[in-house]
Amino acid sequence: MAASAERLRAPLITPLTLVLGLLAAVAAYFVVQRFALGLGAVTNINAGYPWGIWVVIDVVIGSAIGCGGFAMALLIYVFNRGEHSPLMRPALLGGLFGYTLAGAAVLIDLGRWWQFYNLVLPWHMNPNSVMLEIGLCVMLYVVVLWLEFSPAILERLGWTGWQRRIDGIMWLLIALGIVLPFMHQSSLGSALIVLGTKIDPVYQTPFLPLLFVTSALAMGWGVVIAEATTVSHSFRRPSEHRLIVRIARVVGWLLLVWVAGRFVGLMVRGALGGVFAGSAAAATFWVETALALFATAVCLSPAWRRSEPLMLLAGLAIILFGALYRFAAYLVAYHPVGSYSYAPSVPELTVTIGIIALEILLYLSFVKLFPVLHATRRAPAQA
Amino acid sequence: MHTRREFLTAAGAGGACAAARPAEAAISRPPREMPPAAVGMLIDSTLCIGCQACVAACRDANGVEVEDTPFALAGWNAARTWDTALDLDGRTLNVIKVWRDGTAEVKDRASDGFAFAKRHCLHCVDPSCVSVCPVSAMRKDPETGIVSYDPDACIGCRYCTYGCPFGVPQFDLAVPAGKINKCEMCRHLQAEGRIPACCDVCPTGASLFGPVAALQEEADRRLAAAAGATTTFPRGDIREDRPRHEGVVPAYLQHTFGETEVGGTQVRYLSAVPFANLGLPTLPDFAPSRLSEGIQHTLYRWLAAPVLAVIGVAFLVRRNRIRQARDTGREL
Ligand code: SF4
Ligand code: SF4
Ligand code: SF4
Repeated sequence: MAASAERLRAPLITPLTLVLGLLAAVAAYFVVQRFALGLGAVTNINAGYPWGIWVVIDVVIGSAIGCGGFAMALLIYVFNRGEHSPLMRPALLGGLFGYTLAGAAVLIDLGRWWQFYNLVLPWHMNPNSVMLEIGLCVMLYVVVLWLEFSPAILERLGWTGWQRRIDGIMWLLIALGIVLPFMHQSSLGSALIVLGTKIDPVYQTPFLPLLFVTSALAMGWGVVIAEATTVSHSFRRPSEHRLIVRIARVVGWLLLVWVAGRFVGLMVRGALGGVFAGSAAAATFWVETALALFATAVCLSPAWRRSEPLMLLAGLAIILFGALYRFAAYLVAYHPVGSYSYAPSVPELTVTIGIIALEILLYLSFVKLFPVLHATRRAPAQA
Repeated sequence: MHTRREFLTAAGAGGACAAARPAEAAISRPPREMPPAAVGMLIDSTLCIGCQACVAACRDANGVEVEDTPFALAGWNAARTWDTALDLDGRTLNVIKVWRDGTAEVKDRASDGFAFAKRHCLHCVDPSCVSVCPVSAMRKDPETGIVSYDPDACIGCRYCTYGCPFGVPQFDLAVPAGKINKCEMCRHLQAEGRIPACCDVCPTGASLFGPVAALQEEADRRLAAAAGATTTFPRGDIREDRPRHEGVVPAYLQHTFGETEVGGTQVRYLSAVPFANLGLPTLPDFAPSRLSEGIQHTLYRWLAAPVLAVIGVAFLVRRNRIRQARDTGREL
């Protein structure tokens, strides 16, 4: 894998990166305001909605979108589909920034962030708390991601000694990089179980951990599909379509089983009536189902699979499906005690957009600085 | 007001519980028991006259500033003479809310009536807030059952707010270094041998303090008494002999809210109008933290599953990397 990647020879600063940088700078202004004046000055979270988009989009959805590295590692190293290797580093890099910035978002959102280290002090830990598992597991995973990616940086710097040392423990890093996301991505689902009837029965089920981790995997593959189709276009690299087809087959079946399993689960629990209730939760349920089935149809049909635009759409549909499922479970299906409502404020949205912009900016910079993308014939590139 | 959706939701939840109970019960941890020296409150909505003496006393006893109205009313309350908190928030531990229907003519009547509701922590027997707090900032006293909060431990994640079935713990969002705000049953006063400020000042005994068992006995006495009969109600601490409040037995709903809800609570309610009208949600008897903890501890017992998974996956990774290197003739 290492030998086949090369850095993209393109200017670091382009109009696109300037716009992204500007978005991040505006967000930074509101982040400063949040620390100076309090959460209420910047966000619309309230007594009924203690968690807003900083938790749900930046952390819950953001980390799932960062599952590309996890999903690819599972395919390559556990199911031994080695031919996907060229897609490994780009996916890993996406995960690296997805998770690192999700961690940063947590610090911005925590009301008593200066006591954050209490999470790692054993006498404070509460093993009953799903949140503890998520916190510790994500922290460890961010470290693992940086170590997993470090060969690309070390290769560029020419520090071969360190490269060899990291390579010696790479098998352990890869294993941790597969097991840790299984843990915290499922826990992000478990986190809702304790809310009981505060979560609409269309979404509330003991299978939340399974639904969350499998949809995170699907999102990871969806990101790889979308990334490969767009990156190969925008950077005028030849298509990696053949590799995508294999992933499509896996994710197509996964989504089909996911949708069917969800229906069966609702039936077994006698909650199927809820999806015909005309509620907001029922609406998101159907949109998610439609997105997943569209992606399944494209991924499993040999004819549609050949169309690169359709595959790009399928990849985007999978990401949207998983994102909506998370958004709906945490905010739409959530019934607060009392008549509260929540819509993010403009500054709140700006911070979320800024974090996403920063993620893209860092990604673009890294592929230009370090050997990430699949090496092929030289092509004129711009971005 | 019950919309069709709420009805369906409730029906769905009920059906879901019934159908999935055996499997869920198998994985759930056992329910928590009432602590041996459990203290609590009996709140009788029919006795409450809405004077809000308890709200003022609560602020005094806990050093919380008077809350100004969230509406801009041209500074009429600039001196903060009036406490105008609408609900629990980052600075309000206790609030009296009024529920009205139609013309709101008669107290404690469900149609064209009104009723008062006192809102604060119910000190659950099996509290979700304690279960979810990652850093043990929420703790339940093993003797008295008081659910306390430690700001020095809290990281401000607000999972307790999200998880509490009654929407009680509130983070102060208006200041840069806020903290969670939640009734701790005036444990600082109880440590000095005094009783919670709200119960101490309540003129009618609508907020009554005491051991949970004694309070439940008193609740059962009221429910058993014939509506319309004259009777007396204890005030302050049920074990004290303050002069009792004289009154008439109202047409109680035959249920003490909190006796069974989410595994039981130490603060319990009596009412003549549906409890949902008082902002007390309709809840199953099952504490949901039993299920979440059951699932979590099944997956993570001794960390055995994750450690085994890492070992197993690491083995596969090593083997496949060696094979791939051999097949492709490339370095790893
Ligand atoms: S009412 Fe809420 S805050 Fe109070 S003990 Fe129960 S779960 Fe905790
Ligand atoms: S906000 Fe504080 S008390 Fe509440 S769950 Fe988080 S750490 Fe615990
Ligand atoms: S017990 Fe104390 S803190 Fe709780 S509502 Fe009463 S006065 Fe307020």
